[in-house]
Amino acid sequence: MQKTIFTLKTNREIAPDTYEMVFSGDTSSITAPGQFANIELPGRFLRRPISISHWTEGSMTLLVKAVGVGTEDLTHSDEGTAFDVLCGLGNGFSVDLIADNTPILAGGGLGAAPLYGVAKKMRERGMTPAVALGFRTKEDAVYLDEYAALGCKVYVATEDGTLGTRGFVTDIIRAHPEFDYVLCCGPLPMLKAIHSLEQLKDGQFSFEARMGCGFGACMGCTVPTKNGGKRVCKDGPILYKEEIVW
Amino acid sequence: MVNLNVSLAGVALKNPIIPASGTFGYGREYAELYDLDILGSFSWKGTTAAPRSGNPQPRIAETYAGMLNAVGLQNPGIDAVIAEEVPNIAKIFHGPVIANIGGFSIEEYAENCRKLESVEQVKILEVNISCPNVHAGGKNFGCDPKAAAEVTRAVKAATSKPVFMKLTPNVTDIAEIARACEEAGADGLCLINTLLGMRIDIKTRRPVIANRTGGVSGGAVFPVALRMVWDVYEAVKIPIIGCGGVSSAADAVEMMLAGAAAVEVGAANLKDPYACKNIIEQMPALCEKLGIENISDLTGGAHHG
Ligand SMILES: Cc1cc2nc3c(=O)[nH]c(=O)nc-3n(C[C@H](O)[C@H](O)[C@H](O)COP(=O)(O)OP(=O)(O)OC[C@H]3O[C@@H](n4cnc5c(N)ncnc54)[C@H](O)[C@@H]3O)c2cc1C
Ligand SMILES: Cc1cc2nc3c(=O)[nH]c(=O)nc-3n(C[C@H](O)[C@H](O)[C@H](O)COP(=O)(O)O)c2cc1C
Ligand code: FES
Repeated sequence: MQKTIFTLKTNREIAPDTYEMVFSGDTSSITAPGQFANIELPGRFLRRPISISHWTEGSMTLLVKAVGVGTEDLTHSDEGTAFDVLCGLGNGFSVDLIADNTPILAGGGLGAAPLYGVAKKMRERGMTPAVALGFRTKEDAVYLDEYAALGCKVYVATEDGTLGTRGFVTDIIRAHPEFDYVLCCGPLPMLKAIHSLEQLKDGQFSFEARMGCGFGACMGCTVPTKNGGKRVCKDGPILYKEEIVW
Repeated sequence: MVNLNVSLAGVALKNPIIPASGTFGYGREYAELYDLDILGSFSWKGTTAAPRSGNPQPRIAETYAGMLNAVGLQNPGIDAVIAEEVPNIAKIFHGPVIANIGGFSIEEYAENCRKLESVEQVKILEVNISCPNVHAGGKNFGCDPKAAAEVTRAVKAATSKPVFMKLTPNVTDIAEIARACEEAGADGLCLINTLLGMRIDIKTRRPVIANRTGGVSGGAVFPVALRMVWDVYEAVKIPIIGCGGVSSAADAVEMMLAGAAAVEVGAANLKDPYACKNIIEQMPALCEKLGIENISDLTGGAHHG
């Protein structure tokens, strides 16, 4: 973890109320995709946790959806605005652990963000990531071109059938019994549905919780697991299939 | 050169700044960020006899200049703390440690304190009486002067270390509780714990926090805490640790002027993990500007008879 200043470089609306925000700053604290940044906002006491989608030395990209006062302010910030950020928080996804499996990356909505960082890491290792992305409707779809450009095999589902398969990411996974491992991020009902798929031997699930600190000090984010209480911010946000309790 | 030394019931602190219980764990997370030896002391997470898994999610909400928490005293239990955290604390912090103790019966408080008797680094016991008494229909020990005094007496009989009773602000007259603790033998007081509050999600029409209510802390409670420290200072002779909404060196000075001998910093650490370090670094310059040579002279300095 590092406390550092990030400056908003570009801010682009990529879907309704959803922004791709690129920041410049010191990214040396980021060690794995699926880690998050906890961002201080003027006039707000608590920082806002946002997954790091992908990064380079000196730049970090976040996908942010405006859902409340904080994300509203954040996404309407001007380029050049400086933010106080706790960066490189949480455990992140492990790409090492998927080596002997046939993995699928499964994202719901903005769950597509951290999985893009996973896909990038997999490409660096010469793997061809298979990605299942689910959205409510075609308009909400994000990063399809980016995943394709990276050389991923992309499957899309929308709830209303306006793009790709009509249904959910679980329908895509079920249609491909060869996938036996999942790395996923998205709304809780989606995570739960994926967790119940029998074809999956194991997997990594990214969780959300309201946070007091984001770095393990306050116990505000603890969830029960089979291995005792775990802090989503420090021991997570990635939890493993066998330890999760719903 | 400003002298930042203060003393709490005979325990010497190199400065009056102390991270507050529940916002600093057992020091591990912060030790990765800065050298904890700059701190006057630190108060560890409220520790109970049995391990506690705490309340359901969500436990956290936000308010203007503050936050609410309903962590529910999640902690590994006193035996695990002594076995696993105390040896680690020995590596990361070499000053006097304040052990914050929770309990749900008078016997539990006493037993927890007894177990800490032989723990060398623990120099002060901070007894959190904002806990429900399971033997009295869940009534908070800290809301009843008689119960607060009983806990104080039981703990004093169980330890030779200085005992600071940590008071809840959720009472009509905090000075009355403070006096009861002093008469029962407390060596000092710490105030305030969080103020009971709540938030409701206007879309779902449900409380934001699963536990419905939570404790409010952060800048929003500073004037309330300050006033309570003021009242208690006028009511007792024993030293007071002032706590509630402190986030700058100026806040700490104000808290001392109201009557605090030392100052705890809570929620500010969660917003900025370097909060205590920054306050300690700002302090000498601020004292110089205010013409203060010995910071301990500030205690009660705003009371003019
Ligand atoms: C590990 C992690 C990764 C995340 N990644 C992303 C991401 O990549 N893109 C994105 O758009 N959003 C992400 N979120 C969700 C994001 O944190 C919330 O949408 C945001 O905090 C809402 O703040 P607000 O002020 O707009 O909403 P409000 O409802 O006004 O917020 C009130 C309080 O509740 C908290 N809160 C509300 N919703 C959530 C939530 N879902 N999770 C955690 N805290 C919440 C806020 O932080 C704030 O403290 C992530 C959350 C977590 C925990
Ligand atoms: C997340 C959190 C957990 C806390 N846990 C404890 C605790 O275990 N024991 C205790 O005596 N006080 C606990 N407190 C109260 C603080 O120690 C402090 O008294 C209170 O928050 C007011 O100070 P502040 O405004 O600086 O935070 C907790 C506070 C917070 C924010
Ligand atoms: S948010 Fe504080 S421990 Fe996770």
